[in-house]
Amino acid sequence: MILDSKIPQGPLEQKWDNYKKKAKLVNPANRKKLDIIVVGTGLAGSSAAASLGEMGYNVKSFCFQDSPRRAHSVAAQGGVNAAKNYKNDGDSVYRMFADTLKGGDFRAREANVYRMAECSLNLIDQAVAQGVPFGREYGGYLNNRSFGGVQVSRTFYARGQTGQQLLLGAYQALMRQVGKGSVQLFSRHEMLDLVIIDGKARGIIVRNLDTGEIERHAAHAVILATGGYGKIYYLSTLAMGCNGSAIWRAHKKGALMASPSWIQVHPTSLPQSGDYQSKLTLMSESLRNDGRIWVPAKQDENRAPNDIPENERDYYLERRYPAFGNLAPRDISSRAAKERIDAGYGTGPLKNAVYLDFSKAIKEQGKEKIKEKYGNLFDMYLKITGYDAYKEPMMISPSAHFSMGGLWVDYELMTTIPGLFALGEANFADHGANRLGANSLLQASVDGYFIAPYTIANYLADEIHTGKISPDTPEFEQAENAVKKQIQDLMNIKGTKTVDYFHKTLGKLLYDYCGLARNEKGLQYAIQEIRKLKQEFHKDVRVSGQVNTMNAELEKAGRVADYFEIGELMCYDALTRNESCGAHFREEFQTPDGEAMRNDAEYQFISAWKWTGENGEPELIREPLIFEEIQPTVRSYK
Amino acid sequence: MDLHLKIWRQKDRKSEGKLVNYDLKGLNPHMSFLEMLDTLNEKLIIEGDEPVEFDHDCREGICGQCGMMINGIAHGPLKHTTTCQLHLRSFKDGETILIEPFKAEAFPVKKDLKVDRSAFDRIISSGGFVSVNTGQAPDATAIPVTHQTAEEAFDSAACIGCGACVATCKNGSAALFTSAKITHMALLPQGKEERSKRVLDMVAQMDAELFGHCSNTEACEVECPQGISVLNIARMNFEYNRALFFNKKG
Ligand SMILES: Cc1cc2nc3c(=O)[nH]c(=O)nc-3n(C[C@H](O)[C@H](O)[C@H](O)COP(=O)(O)OP(=O)(O)OC[C@H]3O[C@@H](n4cnc5c(N)ncnc54)[C@H](O)[C@@H]3O)c2cc1C
Ligand code: SF4
Ligand code: FES
Repeated sequence: MILDSKIPQGPLEQKWDNYKKKAKLVNPANRKKLDIIVVGTGLAGSSAAASLGEMGYNVKSFCFQDSPRRAHSVAAQGGVNAAKNYKNDGDSVYRMFADTLKGGDFRAREANVYRMAECSLNLIDQAVAQGVPFGREYGGYLNNRSFGGVQVSRTFYARGQTGQQLLLGAYQALMRQVGKGSVQLFSRHEMLDLVIIDGKARGIIVRNLDTGEIERHAAHAVILATGGYGKIYYLSTLAMGCNGSAIWRAHKKGALMASPSWIQVHPTSLPQSGDYQSKLTLMSESLRNDGRIWVPAKQDENRAPNDIPENERDYYLERRYPAFGNLAPRDISSRAAKERIDAGYGTGPLKNAVYLDFSKAIKEQGKEKIKEKYGNLFDMYLKITGYDAYKEPMMISPSAHFSMGGLWVDYELMTTIPGLFALGEANFADHGANRLGANSLLQASVDGYFIAPYTIANYLADEIHTGKISPDTPEFEQAENAVKKQIQDLMNIKGTKTVDYFHKTLGKLLYDYCGLARNEKGLQYAIQEIRKLKQEFHKDVRVSGQVNTMNAELEKAGRVADYFEIGELMCYDALTRNESCGAHFREEFQTPDGEAMRNDAEYQFISAWKWTGENGEPELIREPLIFEEIQPTVRSYK
Repeated sequence: MDLHLKIWRQKDRKSEGKLVNYDLKGLNPHMSFLEMLDTLNEKLIIEGDEPVEFDHDCREGICGQCGMMINGIAHGPLKHTTTCQLHLRSFKDGETILIEPFKAEAFPVKKDLKVDRSAFDRIISSGGFVSVNTGQAPDATAIPVTHQTAEEAFDSAACIGCGACVATCKNGSAALFTSAKITHMALLPQGKEERSKRVLDMVAQMDAELFGHCSNTEACEVECPQGISVLNIARMNFEYNRALFFNKKG
C-alpha cells in the first residue's frame, strides 16, 4: 500500500491557495441533499459541524457528554497561537511554521504545518468576531504572551481559560445552527462502530448512553473529531471520559493509525499524591513565563522550599538550556524533571515533584500583576493541594497529556477510508513528534473552521447523485449486531475485578515502559504483559448493571477493551523507531550528555499502521517525509 | 477518615427514588469528593451492587458537569467550588453526608445523581451567540475593546453551565446563567448589534423551559463556582426593558 498524502503542487506559500482554487464545489441547492455525521463537539467537531451546517449541509453532531459545551477542549488553559505579529517582535507565518516543524523534531509534513500557521491569522479574527474575550492591552488591542519552545510572543489567551472561551464560541456557533435546524444534536451518544459500504464510510453505530439503545445513523461522509487517547495512562491531564474508541474502531475497519507512540508528557502538572487518584491536574504552561523551575542542589533535601537559600538551589532548566531556560519545550522540560527526580532530587511528600517558583516574579511585578495573569490557576492549586503558591513554590511533575498520534490523514484530512475524515487531536497531523504549547487549540479549530469545509466539499461534490444513504442495509445490520455482541460479551464475563483496576494496571505498565523513556527490552516486555492483561480482562472483568439503561461501568469497559489494543500498538510503534525524537525517547539512542539522538537517515518517515486482525501483528507502512523548505537540523535549545 | 453517606438512588426518570445508607472507612482526607464516590463504587461493584451514577468529566472545575447537592448545598460546603474540586478535608471524621441530585423542575433526574440540563443548551440555541458565519471575519484589531471591558465580559463569559444557580434557587430560576451570557455579549461591540433580539428570545426560552422567576434572593451568586455576580441579572433586566421600551427586534 502506497500512502498518497495529496500535497498540492506549487511553492509552500501557495499550496493551500492552489488547493482551494481547484477544489470542487457543491452548489448550495445540492448541499441539502447531503448528510454529514460529525462525531465530537470539541473545538474540531463543533467548529466543523457549525461551519458545515451554515453552508447548508444536513449535519448530525454527536458527543458523549450531556452538552456539547463540555467537550474536553473546555479544559485547555494556556492559550492559542497565531502569527499575528501584533508585538512587532519578528513573528511571521514562516517563523511559526519553522518553530512548529523544529519543535516537532522534523516528523511532520511541511505543507500541513505551513497551512496551520497560515490559517492561524483567520482563527483569531473568527474567535474575536464570535465574542471570545481575549486578553487586551489597555489601548484596546489584543495582548499575547510566549509559550514553551519559541522566542516570540504569539500566544493569545483568555485568562487561564482559553480553551473554555474558544469552545464556547464554537459551541454557540453550533447551537445557532441547531436552532436553525441545520444541525441535529445527539449529546449523550457514543459512537461504537463505523459502517462502510462499498469501501466508503457511510455511517456509524451509536449507543444512547441514557437509554442504552443502539442506533444507526447514515451519511455521505463521517468526520471523527473525537480528541486524544492520552487517558490510556489512566493518570493523565485528560478528562475522565476521553478515550480512543472511535478512532480505534475506525482503525479496525481499515483506517491506518499513525505515530501512536508519540504521547506528550506535560512538564507542569500536579504530582500524584496517592493510589486513589483519578487524574492529574494540569497547571498551565503559561506559568513558565514567570515561574522559575528548580530542585534542591542536594539529594534527599528535607527543608521547606523557602528555607533553602538561593545558592543551594539548582535551576536546572536555566543551567542546561540557557537560551530557552524555563520555556524549553515540553519534551525537554519533562525529561529534565524526570532526570532530576530519578536522581534523587525530587521534592514533596512522595519526592516526585520539582518546584515552580514565583517569588522573583512577585517581587518584580507585584502580587496583583501575577494574580491578574494567573489568579485562577493559583486558586485551583490551593483548592487541590491546600497550599498557597503566592507564599511558597508550587510542586509540579510531568504527566501524560496529549497524543500527537492518531488516524493517518492526507492533506485533505481524509483517512485511508474514503469519506472518513479525522480532525483535531484525533488525527496525527501537524505536530510531529512533539507538540508546541498552544498549537493544539489552533489545529483543532482550523481543521474544523477552515480546512474541512473545503476538503469535504471536494469529496462530496461526487456524491450529489448518490441519493439518501439507507441505514437498513446488511452492512449496518452487521455492524449493529457486532456492537450488541461486544456489549453482551462484556456483561457476561461477571468476573471479580473492576474496569478501573484493569485501566490503572495498564496505565502503570505503559507509563513505566512506554512513557517518558523507552527501551527495546522494556517495550517487548510491555507487549507481552499487555496481552496477558487483555486476556485476563476478557475472563475476569466485572461489569455491573444492565445493558438497556444508563451504565457508566459498561461505557468504561468498552473503552478499556480498546485501550489494550491501542497500548500494544503504541509499544510496537515505539519499538520500531530506533531513534529518539520528540516525545519518543529511546534510551539506547542518546548523546553522551543525555539529549535525544534523532536518526534522519533511517527514520525520516511517518509510521502508519494497518490492523491485521485480532491475533495478527500490525503492519507498518511508511510515508516518507520530504523537506524542501527547511532542512532538518539537530534540535538544540541550549 | 470514616464517613456515613446517605445517597439518593433513583432507577430512572419515572421511578421513585429513595435515600440509601453507605459506610466508608479509612478514607484519605486528600481525596476529592468524586474520588470518594469512585471508592464507594468500586466497593459496590465487587459486592455485586449497582454503582451510583453521577455526572463528571474534567474533574478540574471547568466542564460544569459534576453538580450534586451535598448536605443540602449545591456543590457542597466550600463556596465557589465545583463538586470535583471539593476534598474530604472539608468534612469531619465520622460525619454523615447527605448526597442528592440537583432538584429543579427544569432539570429532571435521569438516574441517581444525574440530571438533565439540556434546557441550558436550548436557551443558548435561542440567541446566546453572535450571528457570524465562518471564514471571513474582519481583522481582530479592527474591533478594539478596552482592557476593562474585555475583563468584565470575561467575568460573565466564565459561566461553566453547571446549574448550581438553578439548584440552589428556591424558585428554580435560571436567571444567573442566562444573564451571564446576555451580559457577556452585551458588553462587547461584537454582540451589541443583536442585543435586543437576544435578550427577548433567551428570556422567552428560559420561561418556556419551566425555570422559575427570579425573586432576587441572591442565593445563586453564593453557590456559583465561578462567582458570577447577580449584577448580571440586573443587566439582563435592563437589557430586557430596553428592548421592550424601544420595541425593536435587533
Ligand atoms: C488540561 C489540558 C490543557 C490544555 N491546554 C492547552 C492549551 O493551553 N493550548 C492548546 O493549544 N492546547 C491545550 N490542550 C490540548 C487541547 O485542549 C486539545 O488537544 C484539544 O482541545 C482537542 O480538541 P478536539 O476538538 O480534537 O477534541 P476534544 O475537545 O477532546 O473533543 C472530543 C469530542 O469527542 C467526543 N467523543 C469522543 N469519543 C466519542 C465517541 N466514541 N462517541 C461520541 N463522541 C465522542 C467527546 O464527547 C468530545 O465532544 C490542553 C489539554 C489538556 C488536557
Ligand atoms: S451562573 Fe454559576 S452556578 Fe449558574 S450555571 Fe453558570 S457557573 Fe454554574
Ligand atoms: S467534573 Fe468538570 S467541573 Fe467537575
